[in-house]
Amino acid sequence: MGFSDSFFASRFAMTRGDLESYLAEALSQGGDYADLYFEYLSTSQISIDESIVKSATQGVSLGVGVRVIAGERTGYAYSDDLSPEKIRQAAHVAACIAAGPAKVEKTPLEEGRRRNLYPVLTAPNETAFLKRMDLVKRADAAARAYDARIFQVQATYADSLRHVMVATSAGVLSFDRQPLARISVAALAKQIGTAPQRGYSGGGGRVEFAYFLEDKTPEHFAREAARQAIVQLDAVEAPAGETTVVLGPGWPGILLHEAVGHGLEADFNRKKVSAFSDRIGQQVASPLCTVIDDGTISHRRGSLNVDDEGNPTQRNVLIENGILRGYLQDQLSSRILSAAPTGNGRRESYEHIPMPRMTNTFMLAGESDPEEIIRSVPKGIYCASFGGGQVDITSGNFVFSASESYLIEDGRLTRPVRNATLIGNGPEALRYVSMVGNDLQLDEGIGICGKEGQSVPVGVGIPTIKIDRMTVGGTA
Amino acid sequence: MSQNHLAELAAETVKQALDRGASEAECTISEGNEFSANVRMREVESLKQAGSRGAGLRVLIGKRAGSAYTSDLSADGIHRMVASAVELAAITSDDPHAGLPDAEELGTIPSDLQLYCADVERLETPFKIDLARTAEAAALDADPRITNSEGGSFDSRLGRRIFANSRGFMGEYRSSYCSLAAVPVARQGESMERDYWVSMARSFAGLEPAAHVGQVAAERVVRRLGARKVETQRVPVVFEPRTARSLLGSIFEAVHGESIYRQASFLAGKLGEKVAAETLTVIDDGTIAGLFGSSPFDDEGVPTRRTTVIERGVLKSYLLNTYTARKLGMKTTGNASRGLSGNAGIGHGNLFLERGERTPAEIIAGVSNGFYVTELIGSGVSVVTGDYSRGAAGIWIRNGELAFPVSEVTIAGNLNNMLMDVEVIGQDLEFRGSTAAPTLLIREMTVGGR
Repeated sequence: MGFSDSFFASRFAMTRGDLESYLAEALSQGGDYADLYFEYLSTSQISIDESIVKSATQGVSLGVGVRVIAGERTGYAYSDDLSPEKIRQAAHVAACIAAGPAKVEKTPLEEGRRRNLYPVLTAPNETAFLKRMDLVKRADAAARAYDARIFQVQATYADSLRHVMVATSAGVLSFDRQPLARISVAALAKQIGTAPQRGYSGGGGRVEFAYFLEDKTPEHFAREAARQAIVQLDAVEAPAGETTVVLGPGWPGILLHEAVGHGLEADFNRKKVSAFSDRIGQQVASPLCTVIDDGTISHRRGSLNVDDEGNPTQRNVLIENGILRGYLQDQLSSRILSAAPTGNGRRESYEHIPMPRMTNTFMLAGESDPEEIIRSVPKGIYCASFGGGQVDITSGNFVFSASESYLIEDGRLTRPVRNATLIGNGPEALRYVSMVGNDLQLDEGIGICGKEGQSVPVGVGIPTIKIDRMTVGGTA
Repeated sequence: MSQNHLAELAAETVKQALDRGASEAECTISEGNEFSANVRMREVESLKQAGSRGAGLRVLIGKRAGSAYTSDLSADGIHRMVASAVELAAITSDDPHAGLPDAEELGTIPSDLQLYCADVERLETPFKIDLARTAEAAALDADPRITNSEGGSFDSRLGRRIFANSRGFMGEYRSSYCSLAAVPVARQGESMERDYWVSMARSFAGLEPAAHVGQVAAERVVRRLGARKVETQRVPVVFEPRTARSLLGSIFEAVHGESIYRQASFLAGKLGEKVAAETLTVIDDGTIAGLFGSSPFDDEGVPTRRTTVIERGVLKSYLLNTYTARKLGMKTTGNASRGLSGNAGIGHGNLFLERGERTPAEIIAGVSNGFYVTELIGSGVSVVTGDYSRGAAGIWIRNGELAFPVSEVTIAGNLNNMLMDVEVIGQDLEFRGSTAAPTLLIREMTVGGR
């Protein structure tokens, strides 16, 4: 497919000449770079609660964001109307607020090589609504059937199809069709004599609708949510203070997202406000740790063919055998730092200025047998799943909240413990990794990352790892 | 589009929905203009200026609900939105409690809530940039250890919201908002810390002076330098207003009608019971002029009001919309909230903890060994169980004085006990957003550290 067959060209009768004229308008007051980001987003969401499908909604939003960069200064404007005069008006506003002396040579727009990491023929949101609704009904039934102690179930199915087109004054012209879908299930369990407990599970990706019928079914997520809620019924108080922590594979990879990922975003580093600033080439983790951010894994929630600035995503090594190797770049930071773009310039929507963001962040597998890792711990906790996390990138302190964990006593998992927050310091925490399992898993596709008010879908992953020392925020 | 046009469009959308088979319909239209200026290291870093609008529709066909939204307000866009909502309502489940508020419950507060102030709209761009620059400069100039910054910023937003339903409600209001912030970074040896201060108001006149914003941010960041981890121990914990507010967020979730009817709250079923210390009274009031949580009607067209949630430790009311009220056999408290589309959820108005008598200094002076919490991170609070475990930073209290900065620790407990253990409440109540709380002291929590 070429430009003339692309979504925006055909639906809004746009030509290359139009795009070039908007870019010229954006640079009419000076500036050394401009880009246009066109977005057409359709979404739908269906929820079940008390076995009643109480809500179903669908809708569309569309618009264009115009950005002008002059040195380190950014001007931004957007329009939710794609008529030529409104786009030109937005370009003019962006131009005026970034006005500067520099002038750029006009570069003709050229389409880059195209690839498709998510060749989805029929996007989930192009599937009959009754079929999508059936998924939440199945999830509800499966969670209730799991155990008689499950007394409340909520399930939500949500999908979106985003068409984007980026045109830049550097001559980049790219477009993409980005499907995304997920199921999430929350279950509450109770038994006589204890407080109710909640379990939560979900997943999806840039997948065909059939993924939820054949690969990861509603029953899969429902049983997992119900199982977690039931396990928590017998949970004891979590320990308080420093202890040995073993993280299970998959979703606990959120540790990497908080402990190192955000701190390696190039905007914080060029401003030198990150705990990782000026540390490239230094040891920041145990030699067992190699951490990757990879936006090219097919069908993954965090993957993109091109980032939201038109650059192809790629596999970036952040930490290699414990040594800090690189940052996550966007257009602005890579220009200022004279670094190559890494395909990490992302934004929530056309209303937002892009920033360096993660895609799918994970640690490579090591050599230890996961069973062996648990057996090696006389006293500690094992965390199987997490709710969420947060980081203060300047001090490097980060937290993540365990949603399913167990005491380890004499090398065995014994009792489940109540939810607790774990806290550590980014450049320190991974130095205490003493074993890395051979069981790398990526999460099931439910992650949302928030930064400066912008949310984007991401993935995480990790093998079983042992951290000799970390602070657990329990009460025991 | 002019004001009247948007109101007409909302009414017309409701009518179209009824014409296409809906038995009830409600339409929300919102319009907003945003501006933001960021200055970093005394230079302009970014400027953003734009406006957008959107419409949302919820319809009922009998007891089945469907909804849709669009950013395309053309005749064609509205037509498609109506068709989408009706299509969905044909296939969802019958929900016996679904419906609009009763006609006699609808209405709007007649007095002027001062949600819109024209002085925000009149500010010129260079002036707004100067405010951000002044705020940042005041922080940078305050202390030689402040050598870096994430910047100063000025943000404003002007909005208009219109709501119409098929039971004859039509209401609209405008709102304005502006804020000024500074985020300095300080360094001393290996220790690097960041903190912020932000002032926000519905009118420009209500903002704190720019230099003051920078100076407060500077004081806050400098006092964090050289923070250390403490031993794990159980001690009294003092929350300053900025962190005390977050406890109100947890109380809100715990009295939220949906958590109540699902029994997913540690406060479910406890109306009339003592759930907190006698020092504690929590009010939700959507009718206070000029504040951020105020509005003349909620997102179902019901007038907002003042609701006593907890009175001297006794749970008096949940916060409800029409749906959750019907589920519980109660009346709505005028707390319906939604974006553009979907069933109405629940939001709070101005939710605050009534002030006590002591000054913050008196409260700190009464603690011989304890933790003064100035920052909380993470989301480790469950209103299902009341379990509470969050990352914290602040200052250690020794013999009634702020002694040394602390970070990389957790504070943990259970909200049931924490609310019962609120021993002292300060007199320093200030509205810096739609939740507000004065300094407060909790008798004992577990601090997790070394």
